[in-house]
Amino acid sequence: MTAVRRFDEKARRGFGKLGHTTIHEGELFRHPVYTRFLHWTSAILFFLALLSGLAIYSPWLFHWLTPLFGGGPTTRVLHPWFGLFFVIIYAFQFFNWLSLMRWTAADSKWIRRLKIYIGGKERLEPEYVGFFNGGQKLQFWEIIGGGLVLFITGFLMWFPEIFGRIAVAISYVLHDISALIMLFGIWIHIYLSTVGEPGTLEAMTRGTVTRGWAWTHHPAWYSEATGRDPRADHQRAVDQQKKEKEREDRDSDLIAESR
Amino acid sequence: MATEQTLQIKEISAHRGPVPGSGAVRELEVAKLVDVTTCIGCKACEVACVEWNDHPFRETVFDNTYQTMPTTEWNYYNLIKFSETQRDDGSLMWLMRKDQCMHCADPGCLRACPSDGAIVQYTNGIVDFNQENCIGCQYCISGCPFNIPKFNQTTKKVHKCTLCSDRVGAGLEPACIKACPTGCLHFGTKQDMLQIANARASQLRDDALFPLPNAGVYDPQSIGGTHVIYVLHDITKPEAYGGLPANPRIPPSYVIWKYLAKPIGLFIALMGLLAVFFHYIFTGPRLSQPEPTVEREEQL
Repeated sequence: MTAVRRFDEKARRGFGKLGHTTIHEGELFRHPVYTRFLHWTSAILFFLALLSGLAIYSPWLFHWLTPLFGGGPTTRVLHPWFGLFFVIIYAFQFFNWLSLMRWTAADSKWIRRLKIYIGGKERLEPEYVGFFNGGQKLQFWEIIGGGLVLFITGFLMWFPEIFGRIAVAISYVLHDISALIMLFGIWIHIYLSTVGEPGTLEAMTRGTVTRGWAWTHHPAWYSEATGRDPRADHQRAVDQQKKEKEREDRDSDLIAESR
Repeated sequence: MATEQTLQIKEISAHRGPVPGSGAVRELEVAKLVDVTTCIGCKACEVACVEWNDHPFRETVFDNTYQTMPTTEWNYYNLIKFSETQRDDGSLMWLMRKDQCMHCADPGCLRACPSDGAIVQYTNGIVDFNQENCIGCQYCISGCPFNIPKFNQTTKKVHKCTLCSDRVGAGLEPACIKACPTGCLHFGTKQDMLQIANARASQLRDDALFPLPNAGVYDPQSIGGTHVIYVLHDITKPEAYGGLPANPRIPPSYVIWKYLAKPIGLFIALMGLLAVFFHYIFTGPRLSQPEPTVEREEQL
């Protein structure tokens, strides 16, 4: 485990030399270059595997995808390679995020109030939500579990002459189920990281988030990263906003009076 | 693609009486009958198959029998399987069975295939591969209970016996039938072949000198019958003939999963997109707090 940590640190430092993260006033550092690189390479490979896989899964719906990969046979040849490279890249992400993704009591607590989270009326996340919330961790472990199943079953189907017809017949069902679960999950992932919770995408593109984003969605991480109280800082921001609004109103009243 | 119909007269000029043969319905289903008991293992059918399909004569593999190679290959559709077994009394049975595609009524290869138009079944029962539509996924190989389709590693296409669909379409018998010197191979309508096979089986059972009480016809109903049928010395032990399955089955995943669970699963997964879309419509984005102040909030 220490070897893994040492490797991760080395990789992070190496990628940090290749690129850099600019942290502006009022922003917090969230994802280093290494994490961002792994995220986007695995995202590209995931979609290549998904699109080529869908063309094989349901040709009567998705045969129009095969020309993207050079026709049916080439799609079939490329698909396992996309999958294999996705697994390799994501294996690095697995070690990179392993310590952050460890399931805690706070995550179980978060999952129990999933309904409130989906309802979206409570604008501030509970104070125990750390760097990743329970949902994000669930998504991560679903990708790890699903990816493992896809990898093993995909391997069996790649070499049917070694593993036999029954292995293929079973693998193909498990392969499909895992892919469908991951497909379902990816909608939620893309939605929440873009329009669902604005400000999240920047964490993976520029590597930073605003302080407001941090105390809203990950209060425990906010206090960890800044050493400050997320609720108090939030209250201060609210008060300031109120004060500004009052001043604005006063100014516009004065302007109206002077006319 | 082949037509099954040859010319049939409808009307005849200045002809007295009815048109001969009018109203006759052609029996469309064809079958190949292999009478295993009269096969001498000459392999003429193997050569005829290689010749008609214009395949090169590939390398053979010696495995201490007379068999040309262990299994059929992508360019070797037809193989006599030689197997030596013992009867209950300890005497030798030297079995020779012509192995090729069985042209199942319920073809596992076709059920398993995910590519549009790569495998077709003709009304006459022939199951044929169209290599131009094959994507090389090899699902058909795992769907087949007889281990028949074979993959060409170079072209990434799967091949198997066509029952000479090109010859049959032109009103000819398959090449293997034409080459057989002993009359062990027959070709005709499925009905006729079953009749000949049953007659032959009962002849074997009732033979005065050397009766075979277990002789019977192999036409497995677990896959709706086949369009290649065998007369076997011992119908209770088809496995003895180079691994002919007594109860061939298509893996259920190619039936239940493919035609029922697969579309439903895809539908649910795609519903995820709709779910997040309507989540946005219902609740809107979760902005970082404090968000820009609002005048008032509608509570509907």
